[in-house]
Amino acid sequence: MDILPILSTLRRHKLTAWLLVLEIALTCAIVCNAMFLIGLQLQRTDMPSGMAEHELVQIQLGYIGRTPDAKAQTQTDVAALQQIPGVKQVALDRYLPFSLDGSSNTGIKLDPRQRQNTLDAGQYLGQNLLPTLGVHLVAGRNFQPGDYVDFDTAVAALNSGDMKGLPQTIIITQAIAERLWPGQNALGKTLYTDSGIPFRVIGVIAVLARQNDLQQGAQYSTYWPIRMTSTDGASYFIRCAPQDRASVLKAAVAKLKQLNPDRVVLKARTYDQARRAFFANDRAMAGILAGVIVALLIVTALGIVGLASFWVGQRRRTIGVRRALGATRGDILHYFQTENFLLATIGIALGMALAYGINLFLMQHYELPRLPAIYFPAGAIALWLIGQLAVLGPALRAAAVPPVVATRSV
Amino acid sequence: MFGYYVDLALRSLRRNQALTALMVLAMALGIGASMTTLTVLHVLSGDPLPGRSSTLYYAQVDPRDMNGYLPGKSQPMYEMSWIDGMNLLRAKRAHRQALMTGGLVAVQPPDTMLDPFYEAARFTTAGFFPMFCVPFEYGHAWNASDDEAHARMAVLSAALNDKLFGGTDSTGQTLRLAGTAFRIVGVLGDWHPNPQFYDLTRHSYEENEGIYVPLSASQDADLHHDGNVTCWGKGGTGINPDHASRCAWLQFWVQLDTPAEAAAYRTFLVHYSEQQKALGRFQRPPNVRLRDVMRWLDYNQVVPDDVRLQTWLAFGFLLVCLVNTVGLMLAKFMRRAGELGVRRALGASKHSLFAQLLVESGVVGLAGGIGGLLLALLGLWLVRRQPAEYAPLAHLDPAMLLATFLLALGASLLAGLLPAWRACQIAPPLQLKSQ
Repeated sequence: MDILPILSTLRRHKLTAWLLVLEIALTCAIVCNAMFLIGLQLQRTDMPSGMAEHELVQIQLGYIGRTPDAKAQTQTDVAALQQIPGVKQVALDRYLPFSLDGSSNTGIKLDPRQRQNTLDAGQYLGQNLLPTLGVHLVAGRNFQPGDYVDFDTAVAALNSGDMKGLPQTIIITQAIAERLWPGQNALGKTLYTDSGIPFRVIGVIAVLARQNDLQQGAQYSTYWPIRMTSTDGASYFIRCAPQDRASVLKAAVAKLKQLNPDRVVLKARTYDQARRAFFANDRAMAGILAGVIVALLIVTALGIVGLASFWVGQRRRTIGVRRALGATRGDILHYFQTENFLLATIGIALGMALAYGINLFLMQHYELPRLPAIYFPAGAIALWLIGQLAVLGPALRAAAVPPVVATRSV
Repeated sequence: MFGYYVDLALRSLRRNQALTALMVLAMALGIGASMTTLTVLHVLSGDPLPGRSSTLYYAQVDPRDMNGYLPGKSQPMYEMSWIDGMNLLRAKRAHRQALMTGGLVAVQPPDTMLDPFYEAARFTTAGFFPMFCVPFEYGHAWNASDDEAHARMAVLSAALNDKLFGGTDSTGQTLRLAGTAFRIVGVLGDWHPNPQFYDLTRHSYEENEGIYVPLSASQDADLHHDGNVTCWGKGGTGINPDHASRCAWLQFWVQLDTPAEAAAYRTFLVHYSEQQKALGRFQRPPNVRLRDVMRWLDYNQVVPDDVRLQTWLAFGFLLVCLVNTVGLMLAKFMRRAGELGVRRALGASKHSLFAQLLVESGVVGLAGGIGGLLLALLGLWLVRRQPAEYAPLAHLDPAMLLATFLLALGASLLAGLLPAWRACQIAPPLQLKSQ
């Protein structure tokens, strides 16, 4: 197909042609960036927690009056929960990965004299966490009863400066081990908290996401042998088969209320529900972005249909003359398709530059990463396709113009 | 003449209904999307205390050790420790002041038909109520001497008073909170500052707390703290931070009526930090901040990034819709070159043709604007169904209604201007000849 006649025709409709190019360029730029943002949101919502997510339920209790003997109450509760049919494991912990309720974090150093922390990690405290959450130990061992210290003892020790009340050992994720001691065995090594307290690494777990602050290293998590009670703000986490979750939750809540009616249930939910809530905003944002992409493509397509129809209407006589001079229907069809392809290509080229510019702006203001190259061809293909689809109808109508039109006056 | 132009415009638009519908729809979509996001942005970045916010300041000092300190870059501690908060409160260097923190308390309803439940609470000194202009439906706040006396008093929000007492005057009644009896002295009126500026560690756009209790009494009754706790050095905490611990968990607000007072207070904070450093409590050089409400909100970036992004996105969308309409309008006008040529030849001035075409694009814009307004209402309804905490606030106010109207008018004129001008450039004889 010869494109020179197309160009010379377009030169006669410069303004309209440029407007179409501009529309395609803007759409292409926005669609590229919106697709990229959706990609980021999906990446976030799919983040692995490292746990047996579908087998976990959570119950958090609040006491009404003065709390009873917290340790005794917690022991009774745990023993009773373990008796419930279907319950496999019971643990205590304040927060789990992807928590909207709060988080516990600490700075970690390799040398107590360091001024700046090497990294910032999430903290998990509580008993029996690893088997309950289904977290895999890849090296070393889990905590033994002798490793544990009571939560209130540890707090008192911190505040008094008497380090004897603190635990000595810690379990870290592989991500931390590789960051602190790349290529080495982390077992037996010592790390320090930001205030310079030493802890010996006795175990390394494969994956455990932190509670929030994910941008500080989503897999930087630590686990400390500190025994919690349900009055320290900790929840009971119960592991059971996925299909038993509803019945176990119901039975567990009833049991706990029966053991001590002087408390209220603050939370009783499956972990899946908690995780869904944490990422609800991301999913909503991805939905909005997808909606905008669709709306943009539809508006652009309709704009192309409208303009092409006008051009076809305007050029009926010219088309008739061409047909009379021997052009086939296919020639006319291809003419309009090539014209659209040309305009779309110019628009896409401009759109790529614009997409890059928008991405630079977003990187500066919203801490987004650079737009990966894969989104450029994706945006280009989307617009070429939309353009060809939109122009097909008007082009077919143009091809249907009979040669006899050339002989009639308008 | 205007009526005639409108008539002409309607005729012309009716001649090509599909195209007209397309132009109106594109305008409506663009305007609807941008007004929806703009309204959300407007609601979220509003002033929680109009006329008052510039005299209220959030004070910060830095009691930490040198660990992690970057000279000139480190922000001071986000909140106050008990010791610093109490020292600054007792210094009474500001017109009004309040030291506060969030809590979560077990409420034992007097009506035994209701099960006990947990309610968000604010533990604060008396300055909170006059400083933030909190309205009262019944009763009154407690005063500074009640703070001193550790008086077991409580103020309820209107919502909690409705729940517990059916909205009647409950002042003078007793309410048991976590096993301790508190006397209700006041019930708040309609008060919903958005965002909830005084404690941004809470979710910023959530419902207010239901219960307000003197800070001193809350500590006596061991009511549960709920909120951010940041410890430094060898400091640690359970649910309720120890008063002597190296942990910050309280917010300190002061009212300073003039810039001079604010400057003086800042100097006071520096002097306080120097004095504490001399005593060996602080180790960093004086590192203080004193931000008024709007600066504090800005520093905390309370408006979610997602909302800003959505606004940019919507305006990009509006731009595409505008370009789309300009292109279609231009094509439409150019196709009528013959008709326009005839009118020119018959004596119509360029000026009157231009006016006629502008009226035509104006009609499209107006229809698009009305459609956009309806779509914005639909969009806001959709936003209200989102899971975000700010969702219930998304309503159109008169200012945004006016903005929508202006946006629609501006957009349609913008869309009409170029095509109308271009179409008027046609030389009449040329057009007549080609017929």
